[in-house]
Amino acid sequence: MNESSNGKGFSVSLFVNNKPGVLVRIAQTFARRGYNIDSLVVSNAHDARFSRITVVFQGDHENVDQILRQLNKLIDVVHAIQHGSETSVDREMALFKVGVKPEKRTEVFQIIDVFRAKTVDITDESIIIETTGSSSKIDALERMLSSVGLLEMVRSGKLMMARGLEPT
Amino acid sequence: MNGSQIIVEALRRHGVDYLFGYPGGACMPIFDALVDAPEIKIVLVRHEQGGTHMADGYARATGKPGVVLVTSGPGATNTVTGLLTAQMDSVPMVVLTGQTITPNLGKDAFQEADVFGVTMPVVKHSYLVREVNDLPRVMNEAFHLATSGRPGPVLVDLPKDVVSAECEADFTDEFHLPGYAPPARGLTEDLEKAAELISSSKKPLLYVGAGAVIAQASRQVIGLAEKLQAPVTTTLLGKGAFPETHPLSVGMLGMHGTAYANKTVVDCDLIMAIGARWDDRITGKVSEFCPDATKIHIDVDPAEFGKIIDPDVSIAGDAKLVLEDLIPLVSKLDSQPWLKQIEKWKKKYPLKFPKRGGLRAQQVLKELDRLTDSKAIISTDVGQHQMWTAQFCKTNEERKWLSSGGAGTMGYGLPSAIGAQLGCPDELVVAVVGDGGFQMTMPELATAAIHKLPIKILIINNRYLGMVRQWQQLFFDNRESGVDMMGNPDFVKIGEAYGIKGFHLRRTGDITKVLQKALDYNEGPCIIEAEVVKSDNVFPMIPAGAAVAEMIIDEPPSDKKLEKPVGST
Repeated sequence: MNESSNGKGFSVSLFVNNKPGVLVRIAQTFARRGYNIDSLVVSNAHDARFSRITVVFQGDHENVDQILRQLNKLIDVVHAIQHGSETSVDREMALFKVGVKPEKRTEVFQIIDVFRAKTVDITDESIIIETTGSSSKIDALERMLSSVGLLEMVRSGKLMMARGLEPT
Repeated sequence: MNGSQIIVEALRRHGVDYLFGYPGGACMPIFDALVDAPEIKIVLVRHEQGGTHMADGYARATGKPGVVLVTSGPGATNTVTGLLTAQMDSVPMVVLTGQTITPNLGKDAFQEADVFGVTMPVVKHSYLVREVNDLPRVMNEAFHLATSGRPGPVLVDLPKDVVSAECEADFTDEFHLPGYAPPARGLTEDLEKAAELISSSKKPLLYVGAGAVIAQASRQVIGLAEKLQAPVTTTLLGKGAFPETHPLSVGMLGMHGTAYANKTVVDCDLIMAIGARWDDRITGKVSEFCPDATKIHIDVDPAEFGKIIDPDVSIAGDAKLVLEDLIPLVSKLDSQPWLKQIEKWKKKYPLKFPKRGGLRAQQVLKELDRLTDSKAIISTDVGQHQMWTAQFCKTNEERKWLSSGGAGTMGYGLPSAIGAQLGCPDELVVAVVGDGGFQMTMPELATAAIHKLPIKILIINNRYLGMVRQWQQLFFDNRESGVDMMGNPDFVKIGEAYGIKGFHLRRTGDITKVLQKALDYNEGPCIIEAEVVKSDNVFPMIPAGAAVAEMIIDEPPSDKKLEKPVGST
């Protein structure tokens, strides 16, 4: 319940005022206590006066409650909630650039096919692959592509939404 | 109305009578608007740090928010120490800073500083106002945030073009703070659980902090202690939440608390924090702090729960309201043997000091306490004199003890006394300062003199940074390093230059006479320079990071080598 679905740390979703400086206060709350942020997604909420933020971070189990309390204490944070895989759905998107000559493409296409990923750019020396899914699926695709010439990876960071009528 | 007039109108609506300020280019429109509001008196300070401490002292003594107005750049950065001091000790303050015009923001304009960014970690909240029509709401929010829930400093950064523009928004009392809902009353289930835990205690202890002072919960703390027959200890900042002359008081606890308070902490079976936050000056080594005692934590700030100590039950709410609801749920405890034990400790380990060998700060302070009948508002600086004052000057009422606890800010004593005296013109205000801290904000003597404030400034002058010297003696093989205040001026002569009356105090036999003369002098501030012995130490003492049980009660023999403290400071 406390661990996020990919087992890589803790996931917190924040509903915050949409104004300058809010992100700095949140980042400071993590930095002051020595927590490293693994991924951070910020976008407008459906009501543009507010923003949604999803943070994935590494930390001690016993200190996560403290971080949540400190986040909720911030005046601009309407709420900060920790979510686990049972109570939320999460998605991440990634782009991979693989350096591959035409004669080796088949092997890469097979991997793309198994992961139901998409090819979005192709040249004589490279392919860009797009995929969406759980963070663990993207981790797995990264591992597979590493062995066939992965050049760059850009990940969106985790998006999260609480299941049912629970607020995110 | 333009933005500046809106700001002044907001100050008026919030009942601001004094504004501690220092002008400069970026805030000139606001100073200009103040000309038309004579009911808001500008106290022209000599340095912005002094101004923030004055606002802080005013706020602690009156309960009303202290207001500061300074200019951009260095004017604003000079408030940082005052903001930290207020943030650490939960003091309501609104700090208005001028700022360069909005088109210049971020372009290294003259006297531009990113004050919103610089101050972010030391404020409760802050604003950079970019739109004049936001001003009525922002000013409302600033005062509401500063004074409600757990109070604290709020900074409003005000670009010159914004405060010069015409404002079309109406004045409303509305604010938009969807993420802010401080708790008021405790939850019934938490209260009931606490009452149940209390009912089985035989050795209870109420540990009372600044939260009880802020909530003005003194009557309720007394009510609870007397109903339960439980002893009460206060933190440095909790002084005044429970009368220290009450038979159930064990005085201050912690690093330089009384031996009997700390023995009570070590042996209690239940400890209840009321508006206190288990600071490292209190707990020492956390893993050995009351390991077997039941812990109850009452705090208006839920982020304090579990920060240092995991309580058995936590009650989020205002200390006064929580105690009001808790008192009917509890009854008298079987605590007589416990109280008898505490009486024995009080007799065996009283606060004491050497009486011979020269003028002792402790004796001066004890006599000050006697001559003022423990009724003065006392502000202190930071260091040995602060601890001695806390030990020997009893505080029996809320808002009569002003001291920088969390931040430990040297230079706090004199300006905070000025703010307190302005806010409480009928009270006796004494600033007890050391020769080190006093010199950090000494120019504010001018502010005190101009306003003819009858503050007594008692300088405990040992010509040393005594607390650091004490540590060097005890833990660093007496290797003195950077602590000798050689070159101190004659402080009485310094006072004379400002037109301030001064008294020298050099001999033990003169203490009563000199203090009485100073107390009788009411035409303005006066300085009492007490030239005390150079090398006295503060005891009892719990070395930083050590367990409370490892308290050193008396001065150890000079050949005894102590372990270096593992705590941070």
